[in-house]
Amino acid sequence: MAKAPDPQIEHLLRRAGFGARPDELASYGNMSTAQAADALVNYDSVPDTVDSFIGKPGYVNTTLHGAAFAPQSAIVDSRQRWLFRMVHSDRPLQEKMTLFWHNHFATGYNKIAGALSTTEGARYLAAKASEDPGQVRGQMEMLRDNALGNFKDILLAIAKDTAMLVWLDGRTNTKAQPQENFGREIMELFTVGVGNYTEPDVTAAARVFTGWNLQRPGSATDGSQHYEFNYVANSHETTAKTFSFAVYPDGGKTIPARAASGGMQDGLDFINGLAAHPNTARYLATKLYRFFVTEFGAVNATFVNRVASVYLQNGGNMKAVMREVLSSPEFWDQSAYFTRYAWPAEFVIRALKDIGWTGFSVDSALTTMANMGQILFEPPDVSGWDLGQSWFSTSAMLARMNFGSTLAGNQKFNLATAVKAAGAGTTPEAMLAYFTNELATAPLASGVSTEFSTYLHTNGAWTGSDAQLQAKASGLVHLMAGCPEYQLV
Amino acid sequence: MKVTRRQFVKGGIAAFTVTYAAPEFLSDVAFAQSGHVRNLVVLNMSGGNDSLSMLAPYNDPFYYSRRPTIAIPAGQILQVGTDSSKVALGLHPRLTGLKSIFDQGKLALIQRTGYPNQSRSHFLGTDIWSTADPNNSTEFGWVGRYLDSLPSPVDPLVGWNTTSSLPHVIQGKTAVPAIASPSGYAFSSPNTGAEASAERSTAVRIASHVPVDRPELAFVYGTSQDALATLDRVATVATYTGTATYAANNGFAQALKAVAGAMVRGIGTKVFYVTTGGFDTHSSQNVNATGGAYYNLMGTLNDGLLAFYTDLKNQGLLDDTLILSFSEFGRRISENGSNGTDHGAASVMLAMGGKVNGGLYGTAPNLNLDPKNPTLENSAGDVTFETDFRSVYAQVIDNWLGTDSTKLLNGNFRKSGIGFI
Repeated sequence: MAKAPDPQIEHLLRRAGFGARPDELASYGNMSTAQAADALVNYDSVPDTVDSFIGKPGYVNTTLHGAAFAPQSAIVDSRQRWLFRMVHSDRPLQEKMTLFWHNHFATGYNKIAGALSTTEGARYLAAKASEDPGQVRGQMEMLRDNALGNFKDILLAIAKDTAMLVWLDGRTNTKAQPQENFGREIMELFTVGVGNYTEPDVTAAARVFTGWNLQRPGSATDGSQHYEFNYVANSHETTAKTFSFAVYPDGGKTIPARAASGGMQDGLDFINGLAAHPNTARYLATKLYRFFVTEFGAVNATFVNRVASVYLQNGGNMKAVMREVLSSPEFWDQSAYFTRYAWPAEFVIRALKDIGWTGFSVDSALTTMANMGQILFEPPDVSGWDLGQSWFSTSAMLARMNFGSTLAGNQKFNLATAVKAAGAGTTPEAMLAYFTNELATAPLASGVSTEFSTYLHTNGAWTGSDAQLQAKASGLVHLMAGCPEYQLV
Repeated sequence: MKVTRRQFVKGGIAAFTVTYAAPEFLSDVAFAQSGHVRNLVVLNMSGGNDSLSMLAPYNDPFYYSRRPTIAIPAGQILQVGTDSSKVALGLHPRLTGLKSIFDQGKLALIQRTGYPNQSRSHFLGTDIWSTADPNNSTEFGWVGRYLDSLPSPVDPLVGWNTTSSLPHVIQGKTAVPAIASPSGYAFSSPNTGAEASAERSTAVRIASHVPVDRPELAFVYGTSQDALATLDRVATVATYTGTATYAANNGFAQALKAVAGAMVRGIGTKVFYVTTGGFDTHSSQNVNATGGAYYNLMGTLNDGLLAFYTDLKNQGLLDDTLILSFSEFGRRISENGSNGTDHGAASVMLAMGGKVNGGLYGTAPNLNLDPKNPTLENSAGDVTFETDFRSVYAQVIDNWLGTDSTKLLNGNFRKSGIGFI
């Protein structure tokens, strides 16, 4: 398990992935930074086989809650599957971008489940078309398929997404009574951002999407019956809609009056206009800066301008955008290392990759992640999670420390065995050096390393016995994973 | 969008070089001084409460014509009399507990509270109600600023947030611990006995090495320190059962049980934050049916507040306690096509406590669709504010917290006629 520390590759994998398994460090460690970034972006050439390893030996465990593992219909299993992918996928950037989009288009399970049913809630969020009798592709699978796709396509797919049509009530948006929820949020949260639209724009956007509702085809007996997008011409409001900003490339602000039969074009025009809007480019570039580069200090205007123009020049192609992000000098600047507050998912998965997973079930991480403030498929509201320092309430900090404890306790035997195998069990100093290398952190505050050492020297002389190695290795790993520096990625 | 927490954090960080090393004896000081501490419980009804369904003008014909499916039938209203404009008002039928508290003169309902050009965004709206400044949604919260105004050193349990997040209203230089569940607020260890004790004491010592020259990291250190410093006192609250029934399946009631427990145990906390959510009722608002969405929201609110009120009364702590509610906006007057209501403007605030002068404050909106109707705005679509929400805060700051509201609110928002405390 001994790793050759490569700070650049580790930084890349913390940001463009969820940290590094030993095998990831080995394979990416053989590449130049540019090659590694390319390999991450071009994940299409890596087979997407990760799900087939669920339940296999050598991988992190999942826990059975029902008769069978059913991520397409039981949300607890949907969550387990996603955590499993975060640990084991060989397409780490795909999972990372999916999480980015999940936060961007934040959709919550409870409302869908409450409106339809618990199994339907999981289905419209997490089912793969291949495992659903009605070929339903849940929202997260759509985002995963399009993780580095074209933003315009993602936006259109979100507007027609069953879970979104329930979550923001688009399914009830009709000309008789337009529903503003989606019309507002598509501007405020998904594209141009607050301050770049007006209240009359909200009502106009609601009218644009009138008739973007749901239908329910399929058979009730074979399980294929399902909700899906349907444009209801009779419910569409046909008059012209004028916005305060340009919707069309020629600067036109008015979506013309159209016959109801062709009225779906209103929404397509509007989505194209929003996706091509310079404020959308800047809004996304700013979010990417905070997610991939740093949360410290002011947003770097040069970066935002450059990434926004790459976005616009490439017609919203996110692969081109991410290639730019991951080759940017801002990303690779050493001062950007460890300058993001790890999301609970990032913290938990990195800890598993650093500390070990054999015999551990991702199911045990779900409750503790909730205590840390992140339940996958259940963002607090449509604006997503409160990021940065907001993750660090006292109870959330305790939950992080306690996850370190749970995992270190679970891996006690493995940790001691690895220490011994590395010849690091002979002295407290050797053990400290070993784990300092295994659990990379931001530079430790002055005095912290001494506290680790003092801990190893507490409670009797060093004998290197198995019992002592297990106690001290798990105790030290607990303290390291729970220390403030480990909370930064 | 949430004028991001990040922007807020950025502003906050500059100011963030305070000493974290709160001396150990502080906890004992807080214990000794406790007994009777005036408490403020800030209640966030998040999502935008449809106050017309909570306090309804049940004789206004437009209330029924504009809300054909969700208006509360006049016969089911819990009547609470008429306000100064002679409008007859009544509470939602599920609010029987609040009705009895109102009848005891301990519940104030302050109508048409809001501010000019009220934001209809959840995130900006919440930020504005939190900072108490419509022009600056990124500064510290007004309750956070109050805590910052207390003489230092400040005890780490001076505030108690019953959620696991960091609500803007209590954000300030003074960190407020988030304690969603007192029993889950503990430090675990992979080992037992002396080894486990050594881990805990090491964690405490590590947290003392605050790198003050690295403010972003120092923030996490501050959180660790506060977590470890509050564990033992919070553990005394975990065993509190209460003298009233706090329904186990009502998270809001459970949070209030912890608040009552903290008060009864006398751990010195001055400010609590509680929330009950789900008020973003765009569709199937279902105000009237048992088990309907808004009906349940009222049930959660009523049962939690009634248990809390009863418990505090039994414990002799009612006179030390004030609960004040807010919600980011009210909702549109006319129902939408989904039997729900979209984002609106002014709303109703609740104040409850032993020293509250109960009753109806302010005047109800007239729901007449006439675009010139002065109680409405947005082409008579939304309720327009009559009392600036900062005037309500000013009452609480001046008369309950005993601090100068003009300083805390950066202006004089004092207003006569709303003397609820």
